[in-house]
Amino acid sequence: MTVRLDFGAVLVDWPLLARGAGLTLGLTAVAAVLGVALGVACARARTHGPAPLRAAVATYVEAIRNTPFIVQLFFVFFGLPSLGVRLEPAAASVIAMVLNLGAYAAEIVRAGLEGTPRGQVEAARSLALSEAQVFLRVVLPPALGRVWPALASQVVIVMLGSAVCGQIATQELSYYANLIQSRNFRAFEATLVATAMYLALAVAVRQALAWVGPRWLFGRAPGARR
Amino acid sequence: MVDFTLWDILRNLLLAMRWTAALSAAAFVGGGLVGLALLLARVAGGRATRAAVSAYVQVFQGTPLLMQLFLAYFGLALLGVDVPAWLAAGAALTLYTSAYLAEIWRGCLEAVPRGQWEAADSLALSFSEKLRHVVGPQALRIGVPPTVGFLVQVIKGTALASVIGFIELTKAGTMITNATFRPFTVYACVALMYFVLCWPVSLASRRLERSLRRGR
Repeated sequence: MTVRLDFGAVLVDWPLLARGAGLTLGLTAVAAVLGVALGVACARARTHGPAPLRAAVATYVEAIRNTPFIVQLFFVFFGLPSLGVRLEPAAASVIAMVLNLGAYAAEIVRAGLEGTPRGQVEAARSLALSEAQVFLRVVLPPALGRVWPALASQVVIVMLGSAVCGQIATQELSYYANLIQSRNFRAFEATLVATAMYLALAVAVRQALAWVGPRWLFGRAPGARR
Repeated sequence: MVDFTLWDILRNLLLAMRWTAALSAAAFVGGGLVGLALLLARVAGGRATRAAVSAYVQVFQGTPLLMQLFLAYFGLALLGVDVPAWLAAGAALTLYTSAYLAEIWRGCLEAVPRGQWEAADSLALSFSEKLRHVVGPQALRIGVPPTVGFLVQVIKGTALASVIGFIELTKAGTMITNATFRPFTVYACVALMYFVLCWPVSLASRRLERSLRRGR
């Protein structure tokens, strides 16, 4: 028995694959920014907030971390309309990705915040900085720096997880791979090409985050912005 | 028109939950065995073997599990094997699990202080003796909490098997939604059941980690 593979039939549709990869990157970029912001807010709430808020954040984090992403996505996309919230597939995907990343980022950032030496906070307070300034300019940047590799890995995991978003007709990479194979019946080849593209995207996103983090988020002296 | 009570929904989901549990167990055990083989190949093998294992791990960690499932499903069919969904899902999840466990366990072996290897060297133990009697047991202790923690990822990963048509918790949820038109209730119940499966495992992993830290 011979297996004949025909990648040409798939690669001829490269504009579709490129468009899909573009949306995958776009979804990931939005989810990364909002998700990490949500994670920072949750980490702050969990270390400094009032007791009810802490409990609420802890519940959110545990609920997300102990359920599959696909179920969260289906809940947002199919479940919320019965509450009157009707969402486009791409919007539902971003919301699910942000909620998912936020919960994991909260735990990661919290670990970073807990590594802050007490003396730094005290020194900042003695300079009469407000609590917000102490947190945003003194505590947060080095904390992000400490956990940046873990955060970057989590962003990559969320990007890979976003392949599921094709199931609710979000037109990202896996969606187009599926579309291509439904036209030419080259299911294995289409999936293999898309998988290779995901691998390349994962490497690229990791590199990009390793570049962005030190330059924009925690590289300079706190407060020394252009 | 049949009316579905909440109990009807829950009962059917509970029945489907058995398949989620079974697939998780199969993938975890199978993945553990393959992962152990990979780990040994990486520790004991030559440079080419090490590079191959490392590439294997990176490919599985750098691509979506959903795509891996599709590849197993379409790939096995391409070889002329008539694949049922459970077989493709089991195979893909086993390979996925093995890559992660091999990597986790490698980290545990490396966490054992170098001096332990050297002390074992000075006792003229062979490589397998060092691994079995000196380094292995210590690595095992470090390895239990993250391994248990990874089980949560495996359980959640089985939800993707629904996409290739394996009827487990998520697929059952979709089917029940199509019959009842109550997606909010059904998916909330599905999420709750995953939570019931995963949360005790998460807690156990965290407790093990704490007791390990205290034991030092």
